[in-house]
This record gives sequence, C-alpha cells and structure tokens, in this order.
Amino acid sequence: MIRIFESLFVPIAALLISLLLFAVFVSIAGVNPLEVFYSIYRGAFGSWFSWQNTLVRAAPLMLTALCTALAARIGLIVIGNEGAMVVGGLCAALVGIVLNGLAPFFVITSMVVAGIISGGLWIGIVGALKYYRGVNETISSLLLNYIAIAVLNFLVVGPLRDPATLNKPSSYPIGEANMLGMIGDSSIHWGLIFGLMTCLLMWFLMKRTVFGFSVDITGGNVRAAQISGLPVGRLILTTCFLGGAAAGLAGMLEIAAVQGRANTSLNAGYGYAGILVAFLARHNPLAIIPVAILLGGIRASSGLLQRSHELPDATALVLQGIIFVVILASEAFYGRIKWFKTKEATT
Amino acid sequence: MNGEDVGLFGILIAVLGGAVRVGTPFLFVSLGECLTEKSGRINLGLEGNLVMGAMAGYGISYLSGSPWLGVLVAGLCGIGFGFIHAMLCQQKGVNDIAVGIALMIFGTGLAFFIGKPFIQPVAPRLPSIGFGDWSDSPVVRAALEINVLFLLGLLLAPAMWWFFRNARWGLIVRTVGESADAALAMGININRVRMLSTMAGGFLAGVGGSFLSLYYPGSWNEGLSSGQGLMAVALVIFARWNPLNCLYASLLFGGAAALGPALQSVGITWGYYLFNAAPYILTLAIMIATSSSRRRVAGMPGELVSR
Repeated sequence: MIRIFESLFVPIAALLISLLLFAVFVSIAGVNPLEVFYSIYRGAFGSWFSWQNTLVRAAPLMLTALCTALAARIGLIVIGNEGAMVVGGLCAALVGIVLNGLAPFFVITSMVVAGIISGGLWIGIVGALKYYRGVNETISSLLLNYIAIAVLNFLVVGPLRDPATLNKPSSYPIGEANMLGMIGDSSIHWGLIFGLMTCLLMWFLMKRTVFGFSVDITGGNVRAAQISGLPVGRLILTTCFLGGAAAGLAGMLEIAAVQGRANTSLNAGYGYAGILVAFLARHNPLAIIPVAILLGGIRASSGLLQRSHELPDATALVLQGIIFVVILASEAFYGRIKWFKTKEATT
Repeated sequence: MNGEDVGLFGILIAVLGGAVRVGTPFLFVSLGECLTEKSGRINLGLEGNLVMGAMAGYGISYLSGSPWLGVLVAGLCGIGFGFIHAMLCQQKGVNDIAVGIALMIFGTGLAFFIGKPFIQPVAPRLPSIGFGDWSDSPVVRAALEINVLFLLGLLLAPAMWWFFRNARWGLIVRTVGESADAALAMGININRVRMLSTMAGGFLAGVGGSFLSLYYPGSWNEGLSSGQGLMAVALVIFARWNPLNCLYASLLFGGAAALGPALQSVGITWGYYLFNAAPYILTLAIMIATSSSRRRVAGMPGELVSR
C-alpha cells in the first residue's frame, strides 16, 4: 500500500516542482506565470472544445508511448517511436490507396493490420539486432527514425505524389469512404478508443499474464531469466513487436482519421513526445492514459499561449523538457524519503 | 555553376568538399562524446548542446559582431548542459541515456524559444581560408574553402589521442571509464572526473553547433540540426573510442551526407531524399557489422559494458 502511495507522491511532487521551474522561466521571459498557467488550463481542459482538442492529441501519444514503455519493461530503451509511427502510417496509406474502392470496412481493417504489422516489424528489427548482434537498441532505433522519415519524404515527393497537392506534397488520398469517423457529434475521432483499448489490453498483458511476468523478470535480470529457462530472445522480439505495433497503429490513425493521405504530418513529433509520456508513466500502460491526456493538453494549449501571450510555439517544448528532466531526477528519491521508509518499502 | 561538363569529377570534388564542411560539426561532437564516454558515461543529450550552441553562437555573433565570441559562448552553453547532465547522472538510480533524451528535448526547446528573434537577422560568419584559389574551376575553389574551425578540429583530434595515451589526466579519465572500482581504490573522485569530462564534451558539442549556424549551412533556423548530436554516439562506437578514428569517421559521415546535394548539383535529383538517409544507413550497417552479442566491442570503456 505504502509503495503505491510513494509512486503517486514522487511524480506528483516532481510535476509541481517542474511547474514551479517553468513559472520562473516564463517570468524571466517577462510574462505573468499565473496567466500562462490559466491559459494552459483553458486551452487544455477549460471547455468541451478544448477537451476535444486535448483528447485528439492524447490518442496518438498513448500509442507511441507504449512503444517505449513496453520495451522498457524488458530492459531496453527504445526511442524509435517516431519511425515506427511513420512506417505504420505509410504502409497503412499504401494499403488504403491500393484497396480504395472496395468495401470500407474491409479497407479500414486492412489498413489497421498493415499499420500494426509494419510498425511491429520495424521495432522488431531493433529487438532482433539487440538480441542477435548486440547492437545498442537506443541508437539503432534512433537511426531507423531518420531512415523512415527519409523514405517517407522520398515516396511522398516522388512515386506516390498526388500532383494535385502543391503546397504540401502528399500521396494520393485513401478515399473519403475509408476514413475513420468521429465519435458521436464530437470532433474526437475513433482513434481515441483505439488508444484507450490498446493501453488497457497492454496493461492486462503486462500485469496479469505469465507473458508479462516473464517480461518483467527479463527486464529485471537477464541472467536470472535465462537461468530459469525463459525464452529471452522470443520475449524480446515479441515485446518489441508489440511496442512497434502500437506506434504503427498511431501512424495508421493519423492517416485514416486525420490526414486522409500520407504526408510529412506523420512525423509531427508525436513519437518523441511519446518517449516522455512513457517515462512519466514509469512504463505502466495504465498510467500512460492520464499522462497522455495531460501532455495532449499541454500540446493543445500551445496555440492559445502563442496568441494570448505572444510566447513562441517552443514554449510547450520547454515545458515538456523541464518536466522530463525533473521527473528523471525524481527517480533518485524513490526509497529515500523518510515517510515511506517502513519495513515494507525498504525490502 | 555549369554542372553538365563537370560530371563525375565534379561529384567527387563536391563530396570531398562536403565531407569537410558537413563533417566538421560531426568531428567536434564526436570528440566531445568520445571524451565523455571514455569516462564511462553516455551523453545522448549532445543534440541539445548542439542546437543550443548553434542558437547561442548565432545570437551572440549577431549582437556582438564577433563570430569567435559566438563560438565561445556556444561552448559555454555546452558546458552548462554538460553540468546538468553530469549532476543528474551521479544521483542514485538515474539513467544516463534517459537524462540525455530529456536534455535533448529541453535543449532544443530552449534554443527554439530564445532563438526566435534570431531567425531573420544576418550575423557575421566565421572566416575561411581559400586553399583552392590557385584553381580556375569554381567547383574546386568552393570545395577547398576550408573553415578555420575545421583546422582547429584537425589539431584537436591528435591532441586528444595524445592526451588519452600519455597525459596523467588522460590516464585518470581512462581508468574511471575502464573500472570505477579500480579508480575508487586509487582514491580518484569518480563523480568529479565524469563531471569534468561531460562538461568538456559538452563544450566541444556546443562549438560544433556554432559551426552549423556560423558557417555551414550558415544561418539559424529550427530545422538546422538533423540529428548530428545523436549520430555522434554511433560515430564514436564506429571509431572504437579513438579520437583519431573520430576524425576519419566524421569525414566519412560528412561525405555520405554530402552525396545527395552533390548529385543534385549536377542535375541528378531522383532519390534526393533517399540519399539523405545515406549516413544513417551507413551508421546502422557499421554498428551491425562491428557489434557482437558475445564479446564486448574492441576499445569499449569497461564501465559502458555492463548495460
């Protein structure tokens, strides 16, 4: 019980400290921090309209965060979220363009499958390289990001380009009929449901099944896992595949629910923000949901900050950076705070 | 420039010139990363240092009129970020790779925030020496315009190699990186050595960033860095933690990155974006070829092996 208390107290305290640091930063920039916080609140959660904005942004964050979080559970630091999202979106768009004209349900299902498999294989490469060749997973996943973005740029400007798109080179559209609609009469697309369901599913898989337990053992101590006969290689590959699949699904949703065609909006930074969400949630799939909504809110309020305080759009990035740094520093305080030092917590 | 009659020779010259131009930031960042990793820590946040250095260098150069002051301030920013990184990493249970990613986000965010007003104005740039002035060909002349900062890097690489081999301090850094326990037994303050190494490495990364904004491409904007700070980590592995190899590797990477623009300059535009991926594919291929799941990579500091 006291452990749960500690794992709530430390991140919340860290969050408050980072907000304080951000307040100092904004004051130096010459803006009243209280007004800025109020604007963030208004832009993120102040009205039904801003809630919708927030949730639309939270959906891809939930999925890209899973990419880092699942891999982290098995002891790998994977930051290939952006690349997996791009590849997933690109493959989903390809499938959508080719199958355009068939029954929409069939087309959308195929796109989902394409996004999941391509994203999964993309991060699966990272896991395989790590397991079979000992290649550092952080670096390889990062390099794969750049490769994925280069392929996207090449295809969108070259072979796949719809000549009708002038300002922003894009692929041919997947067709209006194959787009995911909105939930009810809101402006939130069905991607949110995909995100929530995937997080719940992954939480169940990681916390309530033998597979998840094996992953945690491997993440805690590879040697111990090997000695107890766990199939470490298969676990690493499967976990990486699942993480990549989640990010690939995020890319598919960006295509099928927002853009309608593949273009450079696929690498709008949801991948990198997903890393932050995963670390904030301490790699717990269930905790990813509220954290993604919080971060989605910060991103949603960025426009309002620009308009009403004339702060640059990088302000949201600075806030994210401060939160990230402070949260990591707070890791040092687990098990060190006197209140939580009982027999239960120290063992 | 008349591209048609320059042909293959033109591509070669352009790639060579590009190798030096594009490779210089790689050289500084990888030397910085090499120094940090020799002390047994990985700093993935050098990308943040780089972007911050690019912004600070450009801003100071614009405000003061002196590009060299800009370079210095860029380096100081790098020292600051190195300090934060080292400070956080020496806490218990804090992961240095995660801190690096966090500082990368923070550094780029901060640079974009402060650097907003410097996107438009034109700042004085770093001088260069025209080694190709004897030639009539503009291609050759453009390729042999060598920046002074590159020459400094050219001196720095062997100097650092000598430092690790022969200097007392170099030995201390290597000991800390090779075995923290042994260093502890010798009475060395591990945290202080790592902090100084990270700060010095941050300085070099900041200087590398100032090259981006003050020489090539030579202006400050938000898309300036294309991950040079992150690729430096891969580059150091490729260079087997040897500063001299860092020099060769940087030139190779610079050449790979210059391939796309060089082909474009002679009229080959097909696959321009694919050629942009060349340095990344090269890095990945090299890492696959040189890594092994069984033994540790040759030259790798012992303290980096355990993770």
